[in-house]
Amino acid sequence: MKARIHVTLKQGVLDPQGKAVQHALGSLGFTGVNDVRQGKFIELDLAETDRTKARANLDEMCKQLLANTVIENYTIDID
Amino acid sequence: MKACVIVFPGSNCDRDLQVALRRAMGSEPAMVWHGDATFDDVDLIAVPGGFSYGDYLRAGAMAAKSPVMREVVRRANKGVPVIGLCNGFQILTESGLLPGALMRNANLKYVCKDVHLKVETTDTPFTRGYDKGAIIRIPVAHHDGNYFADDDLLDDLESRNQVAFRYTDADGQVTSAANPNGSQHNIAGILNRQRNVLGMMPHPERLADPALGGTDGTPLFRGMVEAFA
Repeated sequence: MKARIHVTLKQGVLDPQGKAVQHALGSLGFTGVNDVRQGKFIELDLAETDRTKARANLDEMCKQLLANTVIENYTIDID
Repeated sequence: MKACVIVFPGSNCDRDLQVALRRAMGSEPAMVWHGDATFDDVDLIAVPGGFSYGDYLRAGAMAAKSPVMREVVRRANKGVPVIGLCNGFQILTESGLLPGALMRNANLKYVCKDVHLKVETTDTPFTRGYDKGAIIRIPVAHHDGNYFADDDLLDDLESRNQVAFRYTDADGQVTSAANPNGSQHNIAGILNRQRNVLGMMPHPERLADPALGGTDGTPLFRGMVEAFA
């Protein structure tokens, strides 16, 4: 099965890259962009067929490697 | 005194660190490859700068999970002294040996220049060679040196005297202009609570020889040899 993980900076953690992108959008004439937060998208192809087991495993993957939980949040989506 | 330098694919300050340690110790530090699950007992483990594993995912994230780092973490938790410089600092935060995280520089630029640091504590085996409050000149060279900690952690670090070095101007003033990367509280280096682990973004090994244009890094290496020999 396919799993998709989004990793984003926690609220309250400054995102200088997001700010730079927001600024660039403004200078291109895209008005009204109140905020931009940049993150990572990670797609995994898993051998596991049990969704519950897969989710538990993915949660551990995020905690141990894919996200730095000091500064980042993550969400897991399974097909 | 016995020391070792951990070498990852992508390390690029390992040889500089080897030379600085050799000069201070008068003996050869062991070079330990990232895939080694164990290594000889040493009095100091040094984690060098560079771009371990190409900084994939996050700076230091892959190295922190390598076989050798599992052993480094195990020994650090038993009290063995560990120093991490630049990428080594990033690896130590990613491995959980030091609190907080190192994020992309606030101005998004790679910064490579000499900076001034204030030695905030000499009550450590790493900084005992300096005078407390000394202002030293040390180079930085990094893209991800922006130290982040939440407010509770910052209070904790300050109250426990765990900030080892802070970015200042040449007069020792802690100003935002003297902060090269946006680090909170101008933090350049921190200790763990037990004070046997130090991480810092600047490179003392790059100014530890008159031929390199300065020796402000030398007291760090001499002090460690005095403490651990």
